[in-house]
Amino acid sequence: MNVFLALTFSGIALGAIYFLAASGLSLIYGLMDILNFAHGLFMTLGAYVAWDVASHLPTSWGAPLLFSIAVVASIIGGALAAGLTEVLLIRPLYGRPVSQILVTIGLDLAVVGLLLGGFGSNSLSIPVPLWLIEASRVGGLDLPNSNFVALVAGVVILVALELFLHRTRYGITIRAGVENRDMVSALGINVGRAFTLVFVIGGAMAGLAGLLYAVVFSGDLISPTQGDSLLIFAFIVVVIGGLGSIRGSAVAALVVGLVQDYTNFYLGSHSGMAEIGNLSVVLLLALVLEWRPRGLFGSTL
Amino acid sequence: MSPSVRRAAIALGLVAVAALVPFIGLHLPWILPSTVNVVNSTGTLEVLALSFVFAGVALGYDVIFGYTGLLSLGPVMYFATGVYVFDITLTHWNWPLASALVATFAVSLVLAILLGAIALRVSGIAFTMVTLAFAQAFYYLVEDNPHGLTGGDTGLALYSSRLPAFLSGAVSNTRNLYWIALGFLVVSYAVVWLVTESETGHVLVAIRENERRLEVLGIRPFRYKLAAYTLSSLVATGGGVAYILLIGTAVPSAVASVTVTLSILVMVVLGGAGTRWGAVTGAVIYVYLQQYLLKVAAEPSFATLPAFLRVPLSQPQFLLGLIFVLFVLFVPGGIAGVVTRRRLRSAARLFDATSAVPTTIPMEEP
Amino acid sequence: MTNALEVSDLHVTLAGSHVLQGISLNVPVGGVTALLGRNGVGKTTTLRALLGLVASTGAISVLGTDVRGWATHRIVRLGVGYVPEDRDVFAGLTVAENLRLAERIEAPRYDDVYAIFPELRERSGQRAGTMSGGQQQMVSIARALLNGWPLLLIDEPSKGLAPRLVGELADALARVATLATVLLVEQNLALVRRLAQRIIVLDHGEVVHTGDAQELDDPDLAKRFLGVSGVK
Repeated sequence: MNVFLALTFSGIALGAIYFLAASGLSLIYGLMDILNFAHGLFMTLGAYVAWDVASHLPTSWGAPLLFSIAVVASIIGGALAAGLTEVLLIRPLYGRPVSQILVTIGLDLAVVGLLLGGFGSNSLSIPVPLWLIEASRVGGLDLPNSNFVALVAGVVILVALELFLHRTRYGITIRAGVENRDMVSALGINVGRAFTLVFVIGGAMAGLAGLLYAVVFSGDLISPTQGDSLLIFAFIVVVIGGLGSIRGSAVAALVVGLVQDYTNFYLGSHSGMAEIGNLSVVLLLALVLEWRPRGLFGSTL
Repeated sequence: MSPSVRRAAIALGLVAVAALVPFIGLHLPWILPSTVNVVNSTGTLEVLALSFVFAGVALGYDVIFGYTGLLSLGPVMYFATGVYVFDITLTHWNWPLASALVATFAVSLVLAILLGAIALRVSGIAFTMVTLAFAQAFYYLVEDNPHGLTGGDTGLALYSSRLPAFLSGAVSNTRNLYWIALGFLVVSYAVVWLVTESETGHVLVAIRENERRLEVLGIRPFRYKLAAYTLSSLVATGGGVAYILLIGTAVPSAVASVTVTLSILVMVVLGGAGTRWGAVTGAVIYVYLQQYLLKVAAEPSFATLPAFLRVPLSQPQFLLGLIFVLFVLFVPGGIAGVVTRRRLRSAARLFDATSAVPTTIPMEEP
Repeated sequence: MTNALEVSDLHVTLAGSHVLQGISLNVPVGGVTALLGRNGVGKTTTLRALLGLVASTGAISVLGTDVRGWATHRIVRLGVGYVPEDRDVFAGLTVAENLRLAERIEAPRYDDVYAIFPELRERSGQRAGTMSGGQQQMVSIARALLNGWPLLLIDEPSKGLAPRLVGELADALARVATLATVLLVEQNLALVRRLAQRIIVLDHGEVVHTGDAQELDDPDLAKRFLGVSGVK
């Protein structure tokens, strides 16, 4: 029972990171019909910017401060990368959805190649406070502190995103644009600005997700292709949740995180089933699509 | 000579030249992708053969992507099916060559019809994601090394006493394997040519242009889409068989990962989606550049370059990705688009026509 | 400026079919001009092309400004309100949010809107997707009215409404017409005769007739161009 509870907790933490990665993808798709392959790159870049900033600051500042700065750096790095992508590569291709997808694929290939050239395929280590590697005893369970961090980040971002989408004018514009982009511009609103904004928001969340994934699930290590493997699961979460739906992404991220965690633990130890957690997630996707081709939450925010 | 006869003659001529390459012992400095600067050296023949294999696969992929307009991210799965089923039946089970071939294509056919039917239940972006997810599941499966069949990340070398000696991976047989790769390309081209020029091919293009209009005419697009999906899958499987014969080892990251799919996509877009020779040209240029850049990066003088040049230039993935981005932004019709437009323009001059030259780009709505 | 809209030689091609084949028309300032024609002759496409929502070739002048190649939001900000076919309210947004999105000026004319549609004031917290067709039409027209703009493009406002509601709609549109120049696409000829002063008839992607709304009393014209004998 204790094992089950601990698994549930780490599954939720994994789900929180999937949510950070997927909600931005989902908003971008919902508003702009773009399947953004560069989203994995934004995650990777967030982690590398964080690493770069943290490793250039004096260690005397102490791990807690350095790590806090790294978190902020990952968010800014992801947001910047995404904003530039939208303005320089996506904007010239408005009205050509297939080309927009292709250009994000090319960008991902090129920049990941550059990272491989610059840093090699070896992993780099992010400096983290000791506290983050330890566990806390809660109700007789030893729960990793890093999982709490992921969980808190996921909840804070979910609440902030919901407030933004429902309480601010820009948020309302984005929700309206997901429903009917043409009608938003027919009200005299420059939809292009909303496009850049969702890329920036999505990129910020992706950058944070990239750093947190490294810290929570990858032993503080980052590598150039990490984001791309996370991206596949973010895609699956988006499709299961329903393209364009934030709440759908949140629910689907939890389900996918839990399914992956349970199957990995209970079945993954059998021979030739080390990848069962990943496989079961794909199976889940196929089942959901057979049952509801538009995903769990259709297409409203 | 009518244009189609002339085109056939050019194609036959190119095939004949390609078939004679193993006899050309010409010394060519600089431009060859192998360190031995001789045209029929083993290294060069291997790169050329590899480019023929991917040219065939790209042609098949162009049927589903370029002609039918469906962005599938699943071709690697059928390529890997070709590689692994063929390799496993020969290496582990020691089947006769013919049975191994039949089994390989049978497995691929069943997979394509089954998974294609599921994936085609959804359309647009969802279709793209489902095909990606299936291909990724296949990759995990192969990487898992179930029952020790695939060898997982360590790979599975092709070794069978049933394999005729002239086809074994030995260096002396590179020439034979080169011709096999060329043969695969010619057969793929012929099949894709027959299909795309047929009535079915016109329906596929109509699906790309306006699927709803077909439904109004009482044509059910689903069957045609499934047929296109299956055909491109079978061609990819043939490419997988040719690949494993040529390279001799199956490693998941090289034959089953999503990177392979993306390379095929890049080849087709570089060459020009929706044109047969565009796909072939794109694939040959892609493989050549990839190998050539690796060769350049390995040269001793390369290490003396300053880091800001050496790092990006040492990564074919970076340069090819960059070229791809530039093509998508500025040359949307690919190489074929540039050539065709130029030809149309000169034709317009010839007939002194003042009408605008069509610059239609495949797949794009205005 | 004597014409709110001037269009010449407008062509639109959608998914391979040549929908508009060289439309030329003028809409004078003031009153209601009705754009008529059978289903599928390109009335809605004309409105969408005027707003830059579909790509077109030809010259378009909106409120005296040449808007060729402009983005939709810039054309709208010249002072054009748009009430699309099927209303296109944002179903997931509340009435208040729908209206808030349409605000383009410092002091939006909520008074004008509530004077014509008092019901909207009470329903401001309701999600637009849960409203009836008639109520959604009110939201859609209110969005176009909110900025006091001089030109309104209204596409089939009576479509899908119960006959009882069409009368109320006509009353509301009559008041709207006192505030702005209106280009009205409408199939309901009774409504057109009540509101419009001028008519423009489209057929097969071309303007085939321009004239006075009273000509609609001529059964021959109605039958010839509109395929109806809808004169009561």
